[in-house]
Amino acid sequence: MVQVEVGGVRRHVNAGLFEPGEIGVGDWVLIHVGFVLSKVSETEARDQLRLLAELGEAGAAMDEVRGYA
Amino acid sequence: MKYVDEFRDPALIATVAAEIKRVAGSARHFRIMEVCGGHTHAIYRFGLRDVLPGNVELVHGPGCPVCVLPTGRVDDGLAIAAQPDVILTCFGDMMRVPGTVGTPLELKARGADIRMVYSPLDALKLAQKHPEKHVCFFAIGFETTAPSTALTVLRARELGVPNFSVFSNHVTIVPAIRAILDSPDMRLDGFIGPGHVSTITGCRPYEFIARHYGKPVAVSGFEPLDLLEGILLVLRQLRAGEAKVENQYRRIVPWNGNPGALRALATVFELRPYFEWRGLGYISQSALKLKADFAEWDAETRFAVPGVRVTDPRAAQCGEVLKGVLKPHQCKLFGKECNPERPVGALMVSSEGACAAHFRYAHAEALQV
Repeated sequence: MVQVEVGGVRRHVNAGLFEPGEIGVGDWVLIHVGFVLSKVSETEARDQLRLLAELGEAGAAMDEVRGYA
Repeated sequence: MKYVDEFRDPALIATVAAEIKRVAGSARHFRIMEVCGGHTHAIYRFGLRDVLPGNVELVHGPGCPVCVLPTGRVDDGLAIAAQPDVILTCFGDMMRVPGTVGTPLELKARGADIRMVYSPLDALKLAQKHPEKHVCFFAIGFETTAPSTALTVLRARELGVPNFSVFSNHVTIVPAIRAILDSPDMRLDGFIGPGHVSTITGCRPYEFIARHYGKPVAVSGFEPLDLLEGILLVLRQLRAGEAKVENQYRRIVPWNGNPGALRALATVFELRPYFEWRGLGYISQSALKLKADFAEWDAETRFAVPGVRVTDPRAAQCGEVLKGVLKPHQCKLFGKECNPERPVGALMVSSEGACAAHFRYAHAEALQV
């Protein structure tokens, strides 16, 4: 069992779907019906947001280029 | 970083929506199915259809566990609850699903001992607390939930709890997707793959959709930016004439899934030869039963369940809605005989059901106009 905090409320959930030590203090996790299903990857989350932001910058650049004509 | 607000950022949403519009163009119509009921709910809740161009249509899929459970199985569960000295436990959304003799909530009002639990482990604890009773857990759900049931059964064996059993109605998502792809009245261009099921299964089980059916798949998360990016990934593939499986929800979904959960599933469960799905009929190898090693904790070996097949009310068109052939409001009963206060079909019960989501988020607006 591991302790998780959900919106300020602390609860015990089962981490049996992972090897001991795979889930540690400070990790963000996805929980479902009292079990930890997955660990959230901060690197992947940041990566995704960065790529989406770049999509916006690319769009803005295209608009500017179109403006040249 | 909380991984929620960032994925609801209005400026980024506008950016991705603009890109979707650009990629979709106007030359053709795109029909994309979101397989998972959680996606259906999020699409309605965040009003995502309003930011999509008119030629990008979202079709709601079968990934709502309560919705696909046939009435006969609800009746079987209620027959277990009617046995002497039995406590039947289930998740909250099961409590209002109508069986032939009423909903679990109504049977509870008539004296049956039916209790809501948040986790199968709570049902096991209840069994330990009441050794004089038998506690049965009415298990429903896709691969997201089945590993939790599996671990609970393993725990029951480890602790030697004899008065606990599982009535397994766990189903697997891939055979349902295949049934939809093989359905003659179904024309789909691509799929938003389930997010939470895939934390367990990984993305590889969807490769047949791309390889054999030539349709793109993007496994996606549940926030507005997740879903919009998933739609964008599918549209980009369609415009490029490609078909592959992409993982939009990389921060949660490992490509190969959760090995511990897959091991627990393989230890406790085996595939049933066939199982009935509401709206889709019998699908072979689409559901899980406890292996013979765990017969002691299998409600279907401990109790005589009637196993009758019950046809849905003829006027209700749950099956067509479930397959995405009809939109919720096109069903004859929608918003009239069938509403969230008194649901006729299960799609109106669960918050993940297309009809409940449509009623809550789109029907009220339509009436006001």
